[in-house]
Amino acid sequence: MADLLIELFSEEIPARMQAGACDALKRMMTDGLVEAGLTYAEAQAFATPRRLALAVQGLTEHSPTLREERRGPKVGAPEKAIEGFLRSTGLSMADLEIRDDKKGQVYIATVVTEGRAAPAIVSEVLEKTIRNFPWPKSMRWGDGGLRWVRPLHAILCILSTEAGAEIVPLSVDGITAGDTTRGHRFMAPGAFAVSGFEDYAAKLKRAYVILDPLERAEHIWNEASHMAFAQGLELVEDKGLLTEVAGLVEWPVVLMGRIGEEFLGLPPEVLQTSMREHQKFFSARDPKSGQIVGFMTVANRETADHGATILAGNQKVLAARLSDARFFWENDLRVVKSVGLEGMGAGLENVTFHNKLGSQADRVERIAALAREIAPLVGAKPDLAAEAARVAKADLRSEMVGEFPELQGLMGSYYAREAGLPEEVARACVEHYQPLGPSDSVPSSPVSVAVALADKIDTLTGFWAIDEKPTGSKDPYALRRAALGVIRLVLGNGVRVSLLTLMQRPFLRCVITFLRSKQAEKQRLLSEAFIEHESKDEIVKQLASLEGFLSGTEDEILSRFEDNETPKLVVFFHDRLKVHLRDQGIRHDVIDACLAMPGNDDLTLLVKRAEALSDFLKTDNGGNLLQGFKRANNILTQAEAKDGVEYSFGPDPKLAETPEETALFAALDHAEATIAPAMAKEDFAQAMAAMAALRAPIDAFFEAVQINTDNQIVRRNRLNLLHRIRETCLQVAELTRVEG
Amino acid sequence: MHERTDSTSQKPQCFQEIILRLQNYWAEKGCAILQPYDMEVGAGTFHPATTLRALGTKAWAAAYVQPSRRPTDGRYGENPNRLQHYYQYQVIIKPSPPDLQELYLGSLRAIGIDDTLHDIRFVEDDWESPTLGAWGLGWEVWCDGMEVSQFTYFQQVGGHDCRPVSGELTYGLERLAMYVLGVDHVMNMPFNAPDARIPLSYGEVFRQTEQEYSRHNFDGADTEKLFQHFKDAEAECQRLLSFDATDPKFGGRANIMAHPAYDQCIKASHLFNLLDARGVISVTERQAYIGRVRALAKLCADAFVQTEAGGATT
Repeated sequence: MADLLIELFSEEIPARMQAGACDALKRMMTDGLVEAGLTYAEAQAFATPRRLALAVQGLTEHSPTLREERRGPKVGAPEKAIEGFLRSTGLSMADLEIRDDKKGQVYIATVVTEGRAAPAIVSEVLEKTIRNFPWPKSMRWGDGGLRWVRPLHAILCILSTEAGAEIVPLSVDGITAGDTTRGHRFMAPGAFAVSGFEDYAAKLKRAYVILDPLERAEHIWNEASHMAFAQGLELVEDKGLLTEVAGLVEWPVVLMGRIGEEFLGLPPEVLQTSMREHQKFFSARDPKSGQIVGFMTVANRETADHGATILAGNQKVLAARLSDARFFWENDLRVVKSVGLEGMGAGLENVTFHNKLGSQADRVERIAALAREIAPLVGAKPDLAAEAARVAKADLRSEMVGEFPELQGLMGSYYAREAGLPEEVARACVEHYQPLGPSDSVPSSPVSVAVALADKIDTLTGFWAIDEKPTGSKDPYALRRAALGVIRLVLGNGVRVSLLTLMQRPFLRCVITFLRSKQAEKQRLLSEAFIEHESKDEIVKQLASLEGFLSGTEDEILSRFEDNETPKLVVFFHDRLKVHLRDQGIRHDVIDACLAMPGNDDLTLLVKRAEALSDFLKTDNGGNLLQGFKRANNILTQAEAKDGVEYSFGPDPKLAETPEETALFAALDHAEATIAPAMAKEDFAQAMAAMAALRAPIDAFFEAVQINTDNQIVRRNRLNLLHRIRETCLQVAELTRVEG
Repeated sequence: MHERTDSTSQKPQCFQEIILRLQNYWAEKGCAILQPYDMEVGAGTFHPATTLRALGTKAWAAAYVQPSRRPTDGRYGENPNRLQHYYQYQVIIKPSPPDLQELYLGSLRAIGIDDTLHDIRFVEDDWESPTLGAWGLGWEVWCDGMEVSQFTYFQQVGGHDCRPVSGELTYGLERLAMYVLGVDHVMNMPFNAPDARIPLSYGEVFRQTEQEYSRHNFDGADTEKLFQHFKDAEAECQRLLSFDATDPKFGGRANIMAHPAYDQCIKASHLFNLLDARGVISVTERQAYIGRVRALAKLCADAFVQTEAGGATT
């Protein structure tokens, strides 16, 4: 057994790529080694800003020799066939063996693939790995042709056994593998040789390099927490930043500073964002006031002055950054106080949302109209919802959001409060963007829900109107996320609405915006001197037709508008809903069975039905009833196909011959008396419970009675009875779609 | 020699000393010390010594100061570190040498940044110039959290793959100098030695021009004329490149006007920046204008690689 150690030493690897590179190095190397016939016990990859390393333990020293028998042509087969066989096996006639076969004598070749020594295999696999490494972005340097994330300087590749360490012979584009590496760029830049992984990790540590990124992250976190604690502060958790910072240093040294008094009035999110985005600082909070008062920077070295120079430099840069932030904040407040939040958004008309869907101001107007329409459905006051929608995007024109786009919405809510707007409106500014992802929370305040739904539905209908739908993995406008957002908003708040009806008007509004932009474009074309006469006539004609369509009020346009797209958008919602429900453990066939029922664009109703059906099918009675239903349905369908009639005539209990048959009649009467009112109340659980009571009578009926008897009158009556079973069961869901 | 080491290990006294030390350092490392290009450009990269010389196969090493203009950054001389006219120091070496990072760190030591006391970091920052159709990978270099340089390995210029690859270093001189000299406002920075017979601050040299140009950039520049000049520069660039390569007055040999055409491309780029500062270019038009300048840069790059300096063998 041997241990393999590889280090690829380069110029600084971007922090965000290091974890992926570790995975890729480990996967490509171990896959390659295994494919070449070696086995190993364990493998682990590491990254620092300047190196990728892989340690493989318990690697076999040889790949096994493989013997493979191959059957060739028959003895006496044409010369060409035999020659071909020899060529493909690389053997000569004398190496072949002749064996008896069912069809006569055939040539048999035994092909032996000699096992190879580990160094040769490692060399080959590593070269291939380096040349095909999946960096998200790679580059060339100097006059070489090799691609790496940044210039690759050295390769360390050794195999060590009890007998000692051996350099694996390898040379890639002039870089020859060796057994040396270097320490910290500034604190221990000299080269040193290593004999194996433990030696490597230990010597690196002496040379001021912590190899394991998790160890670096842990060190940073512990140091920073202790320093904050010592000052009576608490560190603000930020896992993303911690991983990134651990990828920027080989020898982390945490330094703590205080934020200048003059900046403490800024919103904590602004302080935190500015420090994180620009300088990769952690924030420290005063647990009593909740204010951010301190910062932690992570240096990459120790210094004789214990970091005093470094901290002072960082503090100075921070002060400059926060001066900018305070400048933005004060300017924004001035604007809001003089012209209000809606006034701040006045410039949105100059910001294009999409060239076919008008400006951000056009969009805000559509959202406001829609929020007003949605408001009664979610228990919000229409005027308040419309007001919130009109200001919700205003902060896009603020200087602060111009600098930190990730603060959109949040700044709006600060500015809304400063402008004296109602609290519901302030909340809607930030909450109308939610849910931002599958793990983000869903707003519940009615005004926020109205604006959030309006915002997302406008996006969806808009891109549907200009035919920019997601295809395959391409979804540049995040429409799937928007649809899931609508689904979660509707379900999370139990909103009852027909999506189809709700979306028709916003869809039309987007179509109108789109056609108006087309109209403007054509008019512009017409005003340009050089167009030819024929195309001019064509444009005039097109303009007239556009004019015709766009004339009159919104209601008038709606009445003559043929909308084929909104139903397709509902189907898109259904697809997203299926994914969403599947994640919650509801089977796709159960969803299909409910989708086939009327009112399926009312998602709350749809899900209520699906949940009830899913629960029902998990019970004993449910599963068995489904079998009974299917049996009845199959017999009936076959009989109907054969006889060419539909057995929908009510069955007559008087024609019942057996007690089981009579009992089924009674059970159906009983069940139907419960199911109909339960369905009217949308109490699916109760309806299904009533249906479950049919299980025993149906089973008994099939046990005791033969449907296809010779007596045609009795047969017909029984088929009509089966029809009653089908009708009763199908009221609840399209059970034929359910599998099993 | 001994004396020299002593003087460079001391902190510089003023802005120009930092420039002079960089000039000396890179001259010692074998770069041709060029002078600024005599046209208005947005960054040192626009100098033909970088943009054009990064193309083709010929080896190249140059360093120079380049006055750079960013009309939208005008702040009437009041902002502590934002200027519409500032200096960049630019180094370009082709092919990029394997010790370029070490050479760069040496230049920081030369201007008095002691890397045993400071925290110097290479933080991912890929460079892209949509107007030049150019991109590269590299870092911004941080000194104690402050960006002091841009470090790029050019991959493409004017739509052409760079083979070999050039290494490019750009120092924002004012910002770097303010840091080294410990100055908080650019206008207070000593330009020449504080003990010179006539000591001058950066403000004494540039405050008034910042004020004048800020007004010019935001209010004064005649936008109609600028639009016209843009069209003219665009047409002139295309016209110069439409000439037949052979030059009758040059013995019928090839003589492509790649550099004169590129001057027009630079002009168009600066005119676009001015129009942008005047706020007369909408978001959608913006992309279209950038595309037009890029098309010119690409034409110039296509032409340059046909010339001798561009490595064409005739």
